[in-house]
Amino acid sequence: MESTTAHLITGAADLIAAFLFMYGLKRMSSPVSAPSGIRVAGYGMLLAVAASFLNVFTVDAAAKPHLWINLGLALVALLLGASAAWFKGRSVAMTEMPQMVAIYNGLGGGAAGAIAAVELFGSKTHGAGQLVMTLLGGLIGAISMSGSAIAWAKLDELLKKPMRFPGQRLVNALVFLASLGIGGYIVFVTQSGATPMLPMASVLWIFFGTTLLFGILMTLPIGGADMPVVISIYNAATGLAVGFDGYVIQEPALMIAGMVVGAAGTLLTLLMAKAMNRSVSNVLFSNFGEAGKKKRSAMKGEEKPVDASDAGIAMRYAKSVIIIPGYGLAVAQAQEKLYEFVKLLQSSGVSIKFAIHPVAGRMPGQMDVLLAEAGVPYDLIEQLEDINDGFATTDVALVIGANDVVNPSARTDKSSPIFGMPILNADKAKKCYVVKRGQGKGYSGIENELFYEDNTYMVYGDAQAVLVKMIEAVRGLGSAAA
Amino acid sequence: MQFDMAITGFVAMYIFMLAAFGGWVIIGNVPAILHTPLMSGSNFVHGIVVIGGIMALLNASTVTEQVIGFFAVLLGAGNAAGGYAVTDRMLAMFKTSGHQPALIHARHPAKKS
Repeated sequence: MESTTAHLITGAADLIAAFLFMYGLKRMSSPVSAPSGIRVAGYGMLLAVAASFLNVFTVDAAAKPHLWINLGLALVALLLGASAAWFKGRSVAMTEMPQMVAIYNGLGGGAAGAIAAVELFGSKTHGAGQLVMTLLGGLIGAISMSGSAIAWAKLDELLKKPMRFPGQRLVNALVFLASLGIGGYIVFVTQSGATPMLPMASVLWIFFGTTLLFGILMTLPIGGADMPVVISIYNAATGLAVGFDGYVIQEPALMIAGMVVGAAGTLLTLLMAKAMNRSVSNVLFSNFGEAGKKKRSAMKGEEKPVDASDAGIAMRYAKSVIIIPGYGLAVAQAQEKLYEFVKLLQSSGVSIKFAIHPVAGRMPGQMDVLLAEAGVPYDLIEQLEDINDGFATTDVALVIGANDVVNPSARTDKSSPIFGMPILNADKAKKCYVVKRGQGKGYSGIENELFYEDNTYMVYGDAQAVLVKMIEAVRGLGSAAA
Repeated sequence: MQFDMAITGFVAMYIFMLAAFGGWVIIGNVPAILHTPLMSGSNFVHGIVVIGGIMALLNASTVTEQVIGFFAVLLGAGNAAGGYAVTDRMLAMFKTSGHQPALIHARHPAKKS
């Protein structure tokens, strides 16, 4: 095949793929059309990947002798990577979805970084503009890869605590400046034709080394509950890196897809930060949680424990219940038991809604996915701004595994680290039950005023066990009545 | 490498700008309930990086380039396939009232803890 023909076909295939990606994402604006949306985007991907092999007809003269080996390597890598990730993605538990998204995102960042590395090691860039874009693609891709790897380790609880040490921010800043400096040095040496202090390959290894190190250092101090922001940021970062790579290898499909994802990730990042009433830089650099430990105001009243079965029966006789799930529900894997309980209440005529806080869980929308997995119809699931006024006219608010997102001190206590964060108004319901593993504090280490309110009752125990007791109690009632 | 279209300077800026705006508008319309599938779906979309990896690997002429190119394709393919697998799985679970959820349980049993 002529190389011009090959270019024509790959060009057309990539154009169609870019269109299908945009169209597919557009279809995500409703749960009804979304499944077809991802399929449409999938066809685009298959088309683009198949067409990319036509590049065997367009390779550089220098690469011609290696063409068969390279082609073989490409096919092996493609099949190996795709089948392993496919298998894992199909079998992983829904509660582990944040980890999976972090991994796949890290893979993409790594691929983007590696492409930049191939261009740099092969000295294939032309001109300062392209070189800078390549370095940026490599920098952002590498940070996204190592950062996502740490995020994955945190989400998978391999790393349990945020790692913090004195002067951490200074060290991080220095490492980042070092990678920027080395990048600048590479541009200077290449453009001026000066001889580098070390062989160019070594300089490049150091560049990627410091960049990877920065991704690790930057993510280590960030706490688990801030993961929704972090995952969104790395999603945006990988998108940007892919976009820059697209410019470098002159592939507009990568530029467009990368930028669209960059925009998506940025939007989600800002939404998440807004839902915590914190700036993005505050999430990344403030070592959140330390502030809460300093001040511990004495709470009025005391926590009133109540038996799970009593709480279950009380809800059976309520008219309306709003359920507020949090990360604790995911940890206890109790989503299916919860829906069983909900169906039981519904069959007794209780009106049920779920209220989801934007940052509940470890990634944007995690609670929605867990409830969907359990079979909860999405028309029962309401977001914060839609349901918050409804609490005042609701009999019972049932909080399961959530803490900071229902803490009323966010409304009133100016000294609270979460002051100003929009919260779910569980305290405005006539009665509030809180299912909690123990008397500990939330992630942020802040006392929760809600637990001490007159109309709040605490149900201690593992969410799964508590729900089983509630179900049994309500079932027992049913048979007694019959 | 020779290309039929050269994207340089301002043309590249225009592409970036329009794609970013288009993405922002499209994504802004996605309801909060779908934010996780949106995230994994956009994750899948940047899996297009795999074709960049394929192009880079096909044009590799040294062992270093081949090794790094191999990883670029490996990681990119994992990104695309994995992103698709989880997004498709999650979207299949969103049902409105009236659907039978039993099928979903059968297909995606939760991990036993």
